Amino acid sequence: MNIVIVKYNAGNVKSVEIALERLGASSLLTDDPEKILSADKIIFPGVGEASSAMNYLKQRNLDATILAAKQPLLGICLGMQLMCLHSEENNTQCLGVFNEHVLKFDAAQLHLKTPQIGWNNIYGLSTPLFKGVDENSYCYFVHGYYASSGEQTIATTKYGIEYSAALHQNNFYGVQFHPEKSADIGSKIIQNFIDL
Amino acid sequence: MLTKRIIPCLDIKDGRTVKGTNFINLRDAGDPVELAEIYTKQGADELVFLDITATNEKRKTLASLVNRIAHKINIPFTVGGGIGSVEDVRTLLDAGADKISVNTAAFKRPDLINELSASFGSQCVVLAIDTKKHEDGDWYVYLNGGRVSTDVKCIDWAVEGVKRGAGEILLTSMDHDGSKSGFAIDITNQVSSMVNVPVIASGGGGIPEHFYEVLSQKADAALAASIFHFKEISIPDLKAFLRNRQIPVR
Repeated sequence: MNIVIVKYNAGNVKSVEIALERLGASSLLTDDPEKILSADKIIFPGVGEASSAMNYLKQRNLDATILAAKQPLLGICLGMQLMCLHSEENNTQCLGVFNEHVLKFDAAQLHLKTPQIGWNNIYGLSTPLFKGVDENSYCYFVHGYYASSGEQTIATTKYGIEYSAALHQNNFYGVQFHPEKSADIGSKIIQNFIDL
Repeated sequence: MLTKRIIPCLDIKDGRTVKGTNFINLRDAGDPVELAEIYTKQGADELVFLDITATNEKRKTLASLVNRIAHKINIPFTVGGGIGSVEDVRTLLDAGADKISVNTAAFKRPDLINELSASFGSQCVVLAIDTKKHEDGDWYVYLNGGRVSTDVKCIDWAVEGVKRGAGEILLTSMDHDGSKSGFAIDITNQVSSMVNVPVIASGGGGIPEHFYEVLSQKADAALAASIFHFKEISIPDLKAFLRNRQIPVR
């Protein structure tokens, strides 16, 4: 199994690499489009700010690389958000794999602390990504922006309002939470992705 | 529903877990990697590792220990102790840490918080504050593992730290630390009301009721050490207790 992690300027991807190691899967961290597109599986992680991340992807032709992927691809956190249509974070045009908009949690209106940090339950689970995962399992979230819900939503979470905890379109998957940090449930979801 | 977090804290000295009372009288509490694995299996929501001697002895937290821990656990963990630069943090994140906590160095040079949040994001930066109540009734910031007092109020420093980019506040009451007499509810509530980031209450958790008390109010998470290390309360029992009292826990 040849898994690549897309290398770009967004946050700490080491934990994804180590999570794969814990599952006995090795991975390659690279920004080389050729290596990315010849992998069996692609993970597109990320924590950070949307517009600078998109600019970085464009400069290295990684936007087109991600869109060209035919193999299973998993966007995590900012990775998933960058696969949506648009992000309110610095008014950023995104990749448009998912037909959802990324919006800011309205802390004042929702009377909640933002970003959301911690464990929240996911429900309405579908697709093989969540095979063997119980409804209302808890996953670890850290985010100040969220993707709206729609037909491509394959898991929902509520933090003041309901939004997409995961999205799916063809070979593309995205999860808002951090499976690499979501205890055994998260490991199960990563294993499911490896097994796709 | 977002849950309240239970966070075991491992104070590290010379590669071992230690625990004292009111920051002194250290006792050995075991191998940190083994403890980390046990707590993860028991349902800890997160772990914190503090190299408690690092600031005074000018040592850096051992990246190799962090790396061993990262390979064993699948929940988030924070590392602190003697962190004073972007480079220190990069080393720890590359070793597998998820967040870092800063304390004395950030107080002495507050721009450190701005630099760290700009480089790694606020979600990575936990501002740890050790605090003690003075006779005037206000809580003040202490540095160097509680050895050095300051004339800065805890609440002011917390607000400034968040403004500069801290993503969470780890608030330790030195008056309560190791006492097992309950958390410092008043200062925890005050800080939590003034900042829009999670506040982790620390110091004084001795029985499940203490956790209920602080988590039913404004704390987003509660941290404890010796009661877990010395098996006075198990995490599953604590969570069952809280769940029965309608506190959302995982």
